[in-house]
Amino acid sequence: MLLIECPWCGERSQQEFTCGGEAHIARPAAPDALSDADWADYLFMRKNPKGRHLEQWCHTAGCRRWFNVARDTVSYEIAHVYKVGETPPGVSE
Amino acid sequence: MRKYSIFSLVRNALSYHQNWQQAWRSPDPKPQYDAIIIGGGGHGLATAYYLAKEHGISNVAVLEKGWIGGGNTGRNTTIVRSNYLWDESAHLYEKAMKLWEGLSQDLNFNVMFSQRGVMNLGHNLQDMRDIERRVNANRLNGIDSDLLTTQDVKRMVPIINAAQDARYPILGASFQPRGGVARHDAVAWGFARGADARGVDILQNCEVTGIRRQNGAVVGVETSRGFIASRKVGIVVAGHSSVLAGMAGVRLPIESHPLQALVSEPLKPVLHTVIMSNAVHGYISQSDKGDLVIGAGIDSFNGYGQRGSFSIIESTVAAIKELFPIFSRVRMNRQWGGIVDVCPDACPIIGKLPVKGLYINAGWGTGGFKATPGSGWVFAHTIAGGEPHPLNAPFSLERFTTGALIDEHGAAGVAH
Repeated sequence: MLLIECPWCGERSQQEFTCGGEAHIARPAAPDALSDADWADYLFMRKNPKGRHLEQWCHTAGCRRWFNVARDTVSYEIAHVYKVGETPPGVSE
Repeated sequence: MRKYSIFSLVRNALSYHQNWQQAWRSPDPKPQYDAIIIGGGGHGLATAYYLAKEHGISNVAVLEKGWIGGGNTGRNTTIVRSNYLWDESAHLYEKAMKLWEGLSQDLNFNVMFSQRGVMNLGHNLQDMRDIERRVNANRLNGIDSDLLTTQDVKRMVPIINAAQDARYPILGASFQPRGGVARHDAVAWGFARGADARGVDILQNCEVTGIRRQNGAVVGVETSRGFIASRKVGIVVAGHSSVLAGMAGVRLPIESHPLQALVSEPLKPVLHTVIMSNAVHGYISQSDKGDLVIGAGIDSFNGYGQRGSFSIIESTVAAIKELFPIFSRVRMNRQWGGIVDVCPDACPIIGKLPVKGLYINAGWGTGGFKATPGSGWVFAHTIAGGEPHPLNAPFSLERFTTGALIDEHGAAGVAH
């Protein structure tokens, strides 16, 4: 069970949250200009790393806000929790 | 390969069972093979077996970073069925089903395939409409599929809670009589023994660390046991698909999630079929050893740790207890997890990658075990001839670009 520190509510049990998958996937500004392959890359292709993963989580049973988490997908250890728009330390975006 | 039979059993008994032949060798890697299969699970070993048996390609190596069958093949809930909705998937899983039906004889290895039926329960009107549609689709594709009423379910499974004032009452079910369970370890070992007997080298403790390419074509793989050359490489590693594809610079639409399962203490025979429920989420069968084998939905976060959160176990056991009140005092013995490679349409990716000679068989997600022989059979065809078989042609990586997705989330039967 993960213990996740919601930036607003503090440390809560994982059951209160919903995982929203990979973070920092920017919606293309001009979808009509993209090829099918580029659109498919945006819609479907994912990093799915074995190791550090930057993800988005929602505190669905609490404040219902979205935030980001840097978590290791092997140990499940959470390295950083950061708000949307912030950059976690040690990561170049 | 010395054939297993009543005669070999008697002969070996006379020498106190000290002379049984090793089921597969542990050779050193050769410098080059005609084909390399990365991944020594059920699907990879089946691929190697059918490459040798159906295509005469036996200069093959199966590279497994751990021990064969130690990944998802050793961690699933052993259910076998082919009652999927769409034509493309129905035909693929039914190919596997037909191979299952002769597999023990073909491999000369008892995979304990028990066709005790698989029941998918419906708990509301929409469930029943979906079930009725799928049953009809199955029948149109020549796949055995029956529509059951509440009374049918209760008659076939007396211990089930068919009360109509339950929170999610059982309104009916689909039933595939030819479905059932098989012994997962036996599948890995049977295919390994069969492949080895035909000349395939099974190399365990051999982790692939890189895929070497020249001019856009694969030339071999870097491994923990040295470089091994081949112009045909098939990636079939389930949860680690993105890692291996990444070694060739390829992105996949796959996310790896934990999938958990658990078994109870052994009980006398009490459950004679396989029951699955989408709404009251869980699926259960009873092994020949007497354990209740129970499976759950995936943990919603990405995970390579082969373990998940206990809340999944709690809610799954609650669902099982709701369906089978008689199990409320049963003690659970063991729980574990695997790494399932989940695809956006809950269907696999079996075909070529944008690197010449490189093939992938991935994305089976929560439903790979039932397809094991079929998956190996079509992947062997694809690698041998360099082109997909009609059965796996719809399951290309390109479908995510063309939009020709095949949505099997309903029939997958496991919450994503």
